[in-house]
Amino acid sequence: MGGVGDRPPASEPPRGPGGAPQAGWLTTKLDPLLAWSRRWSVFQYPYVTACCAMEFMSTMCSHFDMSRFGAEIPRWSPRQSDVLWVVGTIVHKQAPALKRVYEQMCEPKWVVAFGTCASVGGFYDNYSVLQGIDKIIPCDVYIPGCPPRPEAVLEGLMLLQEKIGRGELSRWQQEHPAAARRAG
Amino acid sequence: MSQRIVDLVRARFPQAVLETHAFRGDDTIVVRREDYLEVVRFLKDSPGTAMDFFVDLTCVDWPERKPRFDVVLHLKAWRSSERLRVKVGIPEDDCSCPTLSGLWPAANWFEREAFDMYGVKFVGHPDLRRILLYDEFQGYPLRKDYPKDRRQPLVPMCDDAPPQPPPFPERPH
Ligand code: SF4
Repeated sequence: MGGVGDRPPASEPPRGPGGAPQAGWLTTKLDPLLAWSRRWSVFQYPYVTACCAMEFMSTMCSHFDMSRFGAEIPRWSPRQSDVLWVVGTIVHKQAPALKRVYEQMCEPKWVVAFGTCASVGGFYDNYSVLQGIDKIIPCDVYIPGCPPRPEAVLEGLMLLQEKIGRGELSRWQQEHPAAARRAG
Repeated sequence: MSQRIVDLVRARFPQAVLETHAFRGDDTIVVRREDYLEVVRFLKDSPGTAMDFFVDLTCVDWPERKPRFDVVLHLKAWRSSERLRVKVGIPEDDCSCPTLSGLWPAANWFEREAFDMYGVKFVGHPDLRRILLYDEFQGYPLRKDYPKDRRQPLVPMCDDAPPQPPPFPERPH
C-alpha cells in the first residue's frame, strides 16, 4: 500500500516546457486515498450524558481546539457522522437509545469510549450502570480518566486517526465482514 | 428548636406519637402509621404549626428491624422557619403508607421515587409507577437485600464482553 502521492518508480512523470514536472496530476491507490481523506475529515457525533461532557467541551473549544486535528464538526444527526463519542455514564435504561444511535450511523463507523464510565462503568458498580459500552456496541478507542485530560482526549483522537489512516478495519467492520464489504 | 411544634402534636394526638428525639436542634417525631396522614394534615393546616413547605420524602431500609422500613418526611414552616422530621415505620409484610399527594402535589414524584427504590406502596396515590427505573425492572434496588451486582439489561450483552465478577461473599452483619 502506498501513501498519497507515491509515484510508480518505473514511469516518468510527463514534463512540461523546460523539463519541470507538469502540475495537476496525482497517482495513488483508491484505498489509501479514501483512508487519508477519512482520517482528516472526522465528523463526530457526541453522545454526551454526564460530567465528562465538561472535558469534552473544553477539548472542543478554542483553548485546546480539536479542529486542529481535522475533527472539527460535530454532526447532530448520527446519519451524517463517522465517529460516535460516548461521553459519560451510560445506564441500562439508556442503553437501547445508544445502540439505536449507533445503528443509525452510516458505515464505516468508529466508536470512542470517553472516560472511565463509558469504558468500564467507572466506580458505578451497581444495578443501574452499563459496565462499559463495549458490552453493547463495538468500540475502537478507550480514553481512560475520570474525566480524561484534554491531552488524553487528543491522544485518543490521534490514535483513532492513525487507525483510520492505516486503512484498518473498525471493530464494527471486523465483526460484520459482509456488511463492511458493501460499505467499501 | 421546634420543640413547640412537637408539644402541639403531642397535645393534639397523644396516642399517635410513638417517640420523639432531637439532634442538634432538629426535632423528629415518630408516628403511628394509622395516624400519619392526620398528623401531617394537622402540621400543615393548623395555624399554630403551619408547616406548609414539603421539603423531602424518602425511605430507609433497616433489614434487621421491625418494622423494616421508615418513610421519612421533612417539613418546614415558611413563616417561622421551623423544621420538623416525621418518621413512620412500615412493616415488610404490609408495605404500604398513606399518600401525601392530596396535601402537596409535589409529594407525587417523591412517593414514586420511594416506591421505585424501596417498593413502599403509597395508598391513594394517583399514579404510582416507577419514576427513575424502567418498567421491566424487577425488585427494588435500594433495599439492602437487593444483590449488589444484579443487573437487568434491556439490550443483549455482547458475547466477548468479560464475564460478570462473581458475587461478593456474604458478610455477617
Ligand atoms: S468517567 Fe468520571 S467524569 Fe466521566 S462521566 Fe464518569 S464519573 Fe463523570
